[in-house]
Amino acid sequence: MAEPTSHPEPADLPQAQVAGKSRSKFSLVWIVPLIAVAIGGWLAWKAISEKGPEFIIRFKTAEGLEAGKTKIRYKAVDVGIVESIALTPDRSTVLVHARMEKYAENYLVKDSRFWVVRARITGATVQGLGTLLSGAYIGMDVGKSTAKTSEFVGLEDQPIVTADVPGRHFTLKSPTLGSFSLGSPIYFRKFAVGEVESYALDKDGEGVTVKIFVHAPHDQYVTNATRFWEASGIDVKLSASGVDFETESLASIVIGGIAFQTLSTDAAAEPAAENAEFRLFPNRATALAHRDLVTVRWVLPFKESLRGLSIGAPIDFRGIVVGEVTDIQPEYRDQDLYMLAYANVYPDRMARREVSGTAKNLMKERVQAMNQLVKNGLRAQLRTGNLLTGQLYVALDFFKDAKPAQVAWNEKPPRFPTIEGAFTGIEENISQITKKIAAMPLEEIGKDTKKAIETFNTTLKTVDTAIKNVDAKVTPELHDALVDLRGSLAKLDMLLAQDAPLQEDLRNALREVSRAAASARVLFDYLEQHPDSVIRGKPEDKP
Amino acid sequence: MSVPTAARMGLVACHVCELVTRAPAGGAEGHCPRCGAHLHSRKPNAVARTWALLIAAAVLYLPANIEPVMITSSFLGTQSDTILSGVAYLYHSGSWPLAALVFTASILVPLLKLLALSYLAASVQRRSRANLLQRTRLYRVLEVVGRWSMLDVFVVMVLAALVNMGALANIQAGSGAMFFGGVVVLTMLASMSFDPRHIWDATGEENG
Repeated sequence: MAEPTSHPEPADLPQAQVAGKSRSKFSLVWIVPLIAVAIGGWLAWKAISEKGPEFIIRFKTAEGLEAGKTKIRYKAVDVGIVESIALTPDRSTVLVHARMEKYAENYLVKDSRFWVVRARITGATVQGLGTLLSGAYIGMDVGKSTAKTSEFVGLEDQPIVTADVPGRHFTLKSPTLGSFSLGSPIYFRKFAVGEVESYALDKDGEGVTVKIFVHAPHDQYVTNATRFWEASGIDVKLSASGVDFETESLASIVIGGIAFQTLSTDAAAEPAAENAEFRLFPNRATALAHRDLVTVRWVLPFKESLRGLSIGAPIDFRGIVVGEVTDIQPEYRDQDLYMLAYANVYPDRMARREVSGTAKNLMKERVQAMNQLVKNGLRAQLRTGNLLTGQLYVALDFFKDAKPAQVAWNEKPPRFPTIEGAFTGIEENISQITKKIAAMPLEEIGKDTKKAIETFNTTLKTVDTAIKNVDAKVTPELHDALVDLRGSLAKLDMLLAQDAPLQEDLRNALREVSRAAASARVLFDYLEQHPDSVIRGKPEDKP
Repeated sequence: MSVPTAARMGLVACHVCELVTRAPAGGAEGHCPRCGAHLHSRKPNAVARTWALLIAAAVLYLPANIEPVMITSSFLGTQSDTILSGVAYLYHSGSWPLAALVFTASILVPLLKLLALSYLAASVQRRSRANLLQRTRLYRVLEVVGRWSMLDVFVVMVLAALVNMGALANIQAGSGAMFFGGVVVLTMLASMSFDPRHIWDATGEENG
């Protein structure tokens, strides 16, 4: 088979060798699309199967939210994404359609909460600073319920406490909202143990309900006998021992707070239940004051003016405040006008150590005791508490000569007997005194006085002559005696003069004595060093 | 009039040593008597291979455009971009020529390539004799243009390698980039396995 140098005829060309077996019709290349389809199918299946449930959150505004971008985060983990944002037909709220990740499907329960996390700066904390750069996201708190739902109402504010934080919630009732805000700390022994979660006006507008959260394990310190008080601000007390400042912490002055403490006197206190209700006292002193278990309403009918008696004025029983005035009303009764002071009285404060018994018995005993006390002269009386302001208070005291009276138990509330006020008595006394003064025999007294003065005059004259006698007789002799005395003093002076012989001699004698003492000291020193010289004598001085 | 071609004259050139031999009778397959290489006058199973690779590319074309191509994470947050979202971003930020370029290179060209190759393969299968010259030209264009679609993938790779500053900024290639690369490679392979001589084979058969 020679190399062809010119174009050969096809017939001269070499014959190709026939292959042993023909290739299979099926080409391996078809595996490639199969793999591609497999990958595509797997992706599609994954996308469909991992598609979580869709749900709706209602917000007042969609500020900071972006469809397709804003994430839903639970504990800073992305669990969903906002898909679209729309308005309700009435334009009142924003509907945020979002989709949860598949694994977070079970998070959509009834008490799950959603809120938009934006940067928030309060007195105590700075939150969500990261959202300034990365944009807002929707925070989520998974609830404990098992009932699923797909419609939520978003919170306007980030909840202070999320559902998974161990601890307990409590409710505080207060007549007014104190100077605390959301997130203000709860103090126990000046230790921050919780936060103010929310507060709202009661539906009837009669007070404020504050919800707080106390973290575990500190929630065990909240018992049925725990008292809460507003720990904001400074409590300055001026007492006999000086000025006392009391505050929970510097921070609480600025941001407010609530403190609590459990009374040690209330034994067998059980840990308070979740959402237990407590009263919020305005300050520590009132919070820790004795709790008034029983409140009895009284009506005190006074006849005099109640000017100066304000609502809240104390009912004082020998220095102990046992109640307070709650209302004042006039009443026309038995053709007379009474000024009624309604009062809340706390009998516990008068007699704390009572014989234990059933409530009914206790009530009976109380009524009997009160009847006896009223029989003994216990009456209510208006007294001036402050002379400058003219503030009145109601005093309970015993008046031996009071007209007999009784507690009208049949009335609601019972009518307690009163006696005329102390200052009306004073007026009477003063008028009596003036009457007595008027009745005095002033003229006779004047005559008597004149006589007495005349007698006194003669007495004075007698005294005058007596003094003159003394002047004439005693004075010259006194003069001589004084001259003598001066001579004696001069002699004494000479005797004590610096250069007097006596002084000189005395000084010389003292000098001799001191010299003798010096010699003796030398001798004693020598003897101490050479005791043998007593026997052997002083050795000769060596040359 | 039958145009003389090597195949019609029963001749086969060896692809390795260029020796021209007479093909074995009856269309049986043969070996080169000089170097022993496999002999074939047309690429074997050319149309079937083209179809297979085309279908694979078409399947991957969907995830390539749905899945993110580039994941940019910085201290401002994480952002995943698909090819289309990148084009949209470029368009909205004002640089519409750039957007048009990316759109053409990354979306239009692969799509057109898929369609054009399908057309070529289908027309060969139907033994169509229309537009022979245009179809051959189309094939040439496809071969030249095809590789430029890889530009997108290259850009992502370079960025991922360059922008790697930890928490400050970080760029990662998304799964879309892989699929996109797959589409480009598969279409290139498809156009390679296609034998343009099949286009012209149709002419002889009618007359022959």
